[in-house]
Amino acid sequence: MSAILKPKSKLIVCDGNEAAAWAVSLANVDMVAVYPITPQSSLVEYLAKFIADGRLGAEIVDVEGEHSVLSVLQGACLAGARTYTASCGPGLAFMFEPYLRTPGMRLPLVMTIVTRDTLSPQSVWGGHQDAMSVREVGWVQMYCESVQEVLDTTIMAYKIAEHHDVMLPVNVCHDGNYLSFGAARCELPDQEEVSAFLGEKNVNWHVALDPQRPMAVDPLTGGAGGTGPSTFVRYRKGQCSGMQNSLKVITEVHEEWGQRFGRHHAPLIESYRMDGADYAIVTIGSMTGAAKDAVDEARRLGQRAGLIKVKTYRPFPLQAMAQALAKVKAAGVVDRSVSFGWNSGPLHQDVLGTLAMLPQRIPAVSFIGGLAGADLTVEHFARALETTAQALAGAQPLAPVWLNEGDR
Amino acid sequence: MKSQAYPMFDASTIPDDLCPIATKPTPMLPGDWRSMRPVVDRAKCVKCAVCWLYCPVQCVVEKAAWFDFNLKTCKGCGICATECPQRAIAMIEEASA
Repeated sequence: MSAILKPKSKLIVCDGNEAAAWAVSLANVDMVAVYPITPQSSLVEYLAKFIADGRLGAEIVDVEGEHSVLSVLQGACLAGARTYTASCGPGLAFMFEPYLRTPGMRLPLVMTIVTRDTLSPQSVWGGHQDAMSVREVGWVQMYCESVQEVLDTTIMAYKIAEHHDVMLPVNVCHDGNYLSFGAARCELPDQEEVSAFLGEKNVNWHVALDPQRPMAVDPLTGGAGGTGPSTFVRYRKGQCSGMQNSLKVITEVHEEWGQRFGRHHAPLIESYRMDGADYAIVTIGSMTGAAKDAVDEARRLGQRAGLIKVKTYRPFPLQAMAQALAKVKAAGVVDRSVSFGWNSGPLHQDVLGTLAMLPQRIPAVSFIGGLAGADLTVEHFARALETTAQALAGAQPLAPVWLNEGDR
Repeated sequence: MKSQAYPMFDASTIPDDLCPIATKPTPMLPGDWRSMRPVVDRAKCVKCAVCWLYCPVQCVVEKAAWFDFNLKTCKGCGICATECPQRAIAMIEEASA
């Protein structure tokens, strides 16, 4: 990261939850609906404070549960408001009914998932199981590596969601505990520059609650009677097109952000020390910092290791991932969650799907770690790299490797 | 067609693969899919208006000495027949009516 501060930017030290709240404030959000849940609570407390202090001129609604959170925001969005909420784990589960409907209505909501492992066993700590459980619902999902990336991505999320070729809700995911409460240096961009970057908001041009434009919103569509099955197909296909369009928009928006604010984040996939790499580990979220250190150490010892970080997870950046994986002969995929159906990690399954696109078959090991707030250290990644190197040599573990299994 | 306060939104100006919307009122009324119909026994009706109070679609209409139903909007739910203190309303099947 550049040490030179951009003119008019402000330097603060804050955790990821506060950074997200600053981003919401800088995005001039109109409507916030919240219900607190660990480890998200301080985020909405910061927002309540910003609104009480007059820093953010938004309406805040303290509702009785997450189902109402998203229902309130759907209405606000249909009325033309820029909207925000944050949740995780059990709160996200309680939100599920309106959560499913939001992408189908093409509402450009932005919601942070301060990722948390799902129950049971009872746990209030970080893990990607909640966000991963909703990966196929139609929301765009981006995972952050640092506090600064939380702030930058949350602002960018509005520009991506509201792009007319996308019009989809966006989840910005940051790791519970590690990013939610870990404080770091963070640059606050200038308000006017952020407003110029985001431009005029127009979120209900396609569907609205507006007495001047009376319409029935999301009526019974398709199926066996009425407008017929092909109508349903048209809208579903449209939703898939919006997801695919977002890959290009995410890339363009990250590019513009880099030009305007001097911070260049990899939009879809980041390749780290992949030149001349024989094998790579694939990471997602805040674990990537320790993983990069482990790769640096492996390189220092003369091993040809590299790293591929996933920033945008949904839609899955198939082409970018295929290009990155084409450079190596073995991969080790580190998931902070599990896929119960496949006895591996969800990201591992996506990598296997990507590898089917490549002309040559290469081994891909599944690593699972960092569940329920467990630390993923440089040593864990050193082990993952070693196992991946062994897989390259022909000794591939057939079951997932649980990185924290031997931890005390 | 009832008069509109505003002209209807021109849906052709936006892509038709985003959120489904409807801008044309349907000509169908609840009576079009009714399977049971209420029939009042005029001798029993005392005009207490309990049916009028309970009817969810407000299809109960007042006559000189009894209450009757607007069958265009009656959906045949039978709440009036259940609530009538005089047992003056019978629900009969449309098919056999």
